Amino acid sequence: MNLWQHFIESMESLMGNKLRSGLTILGIVIGVGSVISMLAIGQGATASVTSSIQSIGSNLLYVSQGGGQGVVNPKPLTLLDAQALIDPVNAPDVLAAVGTLQSRATVSAAGATTNASVVATTADYVTVRSLTVQEGEFLTTTQVSGRSASVVLGSGIADTLFGTETGLVGQTIRVQNIPFIIVGVLKSMGGGGLGSQDNQIIIPLTTAQSRLIRRGDSTRIDQILVQATAAGTVSAAQEEVTNILRTRHATRVGADDFNILSQQDLLSTATSVTGTLTLLLGGIGGISLVVGGIGIMNIMLVSVTERTREIGLRKALGAHKWDIRLQFLMESSVLSVFGGLIGVAVAAGVSKVVANIAASSGTVFNPVIGLDSVLLATLFSAAVGLFFGMYQANRASNLEPVEALRYE
Amino acid sequence: MSEDGYVIEADNLTKYFEMGDIEVQALRGVSFKIKRGEVVSIMGPSGSGKSTLMNILGCLDVPTSGEYILDGESVSHLSDDQLSDIRNRKVGFVFQSFNLLPRISALQNVILPLRYAGTNKLRERATKALTEVGLGDRMNHRPNELSGGQQQRVAIARALITEPAIIMADEPTGNLDSRSGEEIMELLLNLNKESGTTLIIVTHSPDVAAMTGRVIRLRDGLLEGAL
Repeated sequence: MNLWQHFIESMESLMGNKLRSGLTILGIVIGVGSVISMLAIGQGATASVTSSIQSIGSNLLYVSQGGGQGVVNPKPLTLLDAQALIDPVNAPDVLAAVGTLQSRATVSAAGATTNASVVATTADYVTVRSLTVQEGEFLTTTQVSGRSASVVLGSGIADTLFGTETGLVGQTIRVQNIPFIIVGVLKSMGGGGLGSQDNQIIIPLTTAQSRLIRRGDSTRIDQILVQATAAGTVSAAQEEVTNILRTRHATRVGADDFNILSQQDLLSTATSVTGTLTLLLGGIGGISLVVGGIGIMNIMLVSVTERTREIGLRKALGAHKWDIRLQFLMESSVLSVFGGLIGVAVAAGVSKVVANIAASSGTVFNPVIGLDSVLLATLFSAAVGLFFGMYQANRASNLEPVEALRYE
Repeated sequence: MSEDGYVIEADNLTKYFEMGDIEVQALRGVSFKIKRGEVVSIMGPSGSGKSTLMNILGCLDVPTSGEYILDGESVSHLSDDQLSDIRNRKVGFVFQSFNLLPRISALQNVILPLRYAGTNKLRERATKALTEVGLGDRMNHRPNELSGGQQQRVAIARALITEPAIIMADEPTGNLDSRSGEEIMELLLNLNKESGTTLIIVTHSPDVAAMTGRVIRLRDGLLEGAL
């Protein structure tokens, strides 16, 4: 018999046992499918978390007031502190530094009222936080220094107050009953895990200091956002910022009256968490692939035992050892190859469904099906099929026809 | 084909089996000849070596010693694969329990030996063989859709299709009711008459044996009368 006839015969025999063939293939499908989709989901999660952290702004340091024990006469952060950080000599790795005041306020317009978080800051805030303005423009340096009553709306606030995100520039809203003129509307940042940035309004720092947010000392600010020149210079920038602030605040050694938190800390924590997650998911998928492989072995074992008489008969009718061996090898290969192919398709389907579910709940999440995981899973399943198939096929081909025919 | 018209020449065949420490002598020197076109039955009680002899005659097994010439070819010392070829070309088997493959149609069952022979016109020849045994209208049925008698007819068609030198029938009527059994015997004898194929029937039944031209009786691994 030639290979093609063997293929036809194995198809006939597999089709003759549809339920069993189907269940065996199902084992491989689940194995291959889960490995691929789990890895895809893991990689998608990593990408999604990383991008949501990076969407806050890249290479950021957060400087806030505070400190440990032993702080004597702590000084608040001021706008001058922020400006002092922009120093090409003492802080070459700092690209930008903006001071912010944060508060919550009642915001109303055209009869609609809502509560929003108010960020009072300077013009560089838009680049430091990587914000995008979809209409109008961000606060300008002139507006900030002139204590202008200008406001930039987050897209969520625009939706809540006006039911639209367009055509709002020039309109007036009231913040704590003080009228502000809208100069721009921000683009939506998406879910962005750490507090929605879409529900904020941004006003000039000086305006807030004089009219809206009272902090006792009128030069005081809540936080300084420092942007390093590159990802590699974040720790150098942190060092420089620490030194400058220590000098300015004349703190005692080991008793800083401020805290610095880097975005890199957040990112590396998150990456290590999602990396572990991917490994865990892949491991679970891998276990099901092994179980699927054992399923093939199991079925081929049963198949050879159950068809001992058939093997004897085929030998009696003139089958050579190779004919028998090829027949069983062909059957296990067909099972594992079909299972692998369907598994890849199932994984693609699962990833799509997961992406859709994530999208419908407002999270941008794209599972990434890597070619490496597809190859890994399908090659492994084919190897499992061939290996265990080969063992059973040899067992079958070495059966004595007399013994096999007598087998009950 | 041997010149002298014998299709089977068995000379002093012996077969010993090792069962643990004990050596079982299933055949202890059996010699006989069967002419081309003869109808012979082999009888004997259980343990007489009947099955062993049938396995050797059907080339499913080789004798421990002695010479067996089938259709002019010595087959005593062939390898497994060579024996497969001999069985494929020269022996047609009919078993007590039919031994049809349940998943495929009658036609495909009959084609099976031709697949291993690597010949052409499979379908044509199988159709002809099935028509000869009277199943021309049931070719595409699966074995479980056929009666016992019909299944045995399919098996006979499968034995015939390679135009073998001998047909070995092991209790061909053993699993059938008496009427189907008679029909099957009739069919086998007719085929023998028409095509001249040598027919060897292993049986317990004196009725079946009575229908054959000659009876070879075995007892304790020897031909009866040879003691």
